[in-house]
Amino acid sequence: MMFWVLQSLNGISYGMLLFLLASGLSLIYGLMKILNLTHGSFYLLGGYVGLAVLHLTKSFILAVLLGSLAIALLGVVMERFLLRRLHLQEMPQTLLTFGLLFIFSDLAMLIWGGNPQTVPKPELFRHSLDIGGMVYPSYRLFIIGFGLFVAAVLWWVQEGTRIGAMVRAGVDNEEIARALGINVSLLFTLVFAFGAFLAALGGVMGGPIVGVYPGADFEVLLLGFVVVIIGGLGSLRGALVGGLIVGLLDNFGKVLFPEFALFTIFAPMALILAVRPTGLFGKE
Amino acid sequence: MLSIQDIHTYYGDSYILQGVSLELQPGQVVALLGRNGVGKTTLARSIMGLTPASRGRILFGDQDITRASAHRIARLGIGYVPQGRQVFRSLNIREHLQVTARGNGQWTPDKILDLFPNLRSRIKSLAGKLSGGEQQMLAAARALVGNPALLLMDEPTEGLAPMMIRELGKTIASLKEGGASILLIEQQLNFALRYADIVFIMNKGRIVHRCTPAELLADPDTKARYLGV
Ligand SMILES: Nc1ncnc2c1ncn2[C@@H]1O[C@H](COP(=O)(O)OP(=O)(O)O)[C@@H](O)[C@H]1O
Ligand SMILES: [Mg+2]
Repeated sequence: MMFWVLQSLNGISYGMLLFLLASGLSLIYGLMKILNLTHGSFYLLGGYVGLAVLHLTKSFILAVLLGSLAIALLGVVMERFLLRRLHLQEMPQTLLTFGLLFIFSDLAMLIWGGNPQTVPKPELFRHSLDIGGMVYPSYRLFIIGFGLFVAAVLWWVQEGTRIGAMVRAGVDNEEIARALGINVSLLFTLVFAFGAFLAALGGVMGGPIVGVYPGADFEVLLLGFVVVIIGGLGSLRGALVGGLIVGLLDNFGKVLFPEFALFTIFAPMALILAVRPTGLFGKE
Repeated sequence: MLSIQDIHTYYGDSYILQGVSLELQPGQVVALLGRNGVGKTTLARSIMGLTPASRGRILFGDQDITRASAHRIARLGIGYVPQGRQVFRSLNIREHLQVTARGNGQWTPDKILDLFPNLRSRIKSLAGKLSGGEQQMLAAARALVGNPALLLMDEPTEGLAPMMIRELGKTIASLKEGGASILLIEQQLNFALRYADIVFIMNKGRIVHRCTPAELLADPDTKARYLGV
């Protein structure tokens, strides 16, 4: 029994990291119709930059903030100077983000080397908690709470604020939103930067659990896609539910059937796609 | 206030607007008539910067908006009511008025809702769930709440029940009384002529006729030739 509880918590906490990644992926696709493959890089670079800040300042909070902000800035530059030139050209845009994924991967290798790096946990969450007689790391519980907190904030921004309504207007009908005076180009930049911020957040916060290592960019990108495919592209709820599903599948797959770990993710995905081609919460 | 000077507009290789000129003075209601497919919507889109003209000039006041971006044109004061309403289906009525509210003119969201009481009673409804008539009111409301100097309406009566058309007519009449400037694109001849000061008729990408409503009513040839009535 305890095995299931603890492994579920592991899966859920990893699912929250995937949610951070997938929510941005989904948001960007919803508004800009870009499948941003560079999202994996945002995650990995966020981890590396956060780690560098941590070494310099010894502050986990600063590492999280500066790491994520740096990548958000990278997102701004990428959107303004590269993606914008290819507005509404899906294939070229996707290829561009694909190319950048490789470039950033090599750059990271060049700067930070090929060895996996471990990120120390923040002081506050170094201890373990006693759950029904079993010890469990408090940091993972913190990640779960933090993920839910981010989900709540995203929900509120999307449904309860003027800028959230503007983004939804842009998603529904970009042209008409522009023609009614909404600065959709600015929204593109903001949303892309915000998505990059969330991915980097996942990279830094996930550091103490999964580490930061070459190849993590491709790995999380693949899982992030499974999340949005299962949850439905463009849906925040889908990113959360999909993240949890994939987190759990991934974890139990690795623990119970290590030799079939990928199968335990892709078989359910194929099943869901067969029943609901747009994912659990996708539109149309 | 709006001066369209010999504009030419393409969709890719299709040559749609083949030299259109049109003037609208402040406080005027100008009707633009013409059969389906003659380029009326394309003209609206060229004005709004959605399909910019590749030759010619469009002045709004003293600003050249020919190649300005759509959101700038809207902010300069043109309120667009697109053909087919095109409301944001995942936004409710209140949110529609929120995202397009601008300027400190007479139209606050509250005043708008006085003008369209139907909308007030369904303020929390998603636009996608409204009836066609309600969606049309909403499309007009969200344009007005930006306090535009010029209202650009593209076939607002299309697909509406007669009662809703009367309702819409009342709104246009009261706007006209308030001194609004409106470019009204229509296929419903009688509806347009009731409110227009001047009529332009379009055919195959060109303006082919310009007259007053009274002149048009007395001219069965032109009506038959270009409007099929
Ligand atoms: N997006 C488009 N791409 C190519 N051709 C178009 C497009 N939209 C309209 N057209 C063509 O442009 C012409 C004018 O259309 P439109 O401006 O919508 O006419 P109207 O509003 O007077 O009915 C039509 O022949 C139509 O087929
Ligand atoms: Mg039309």
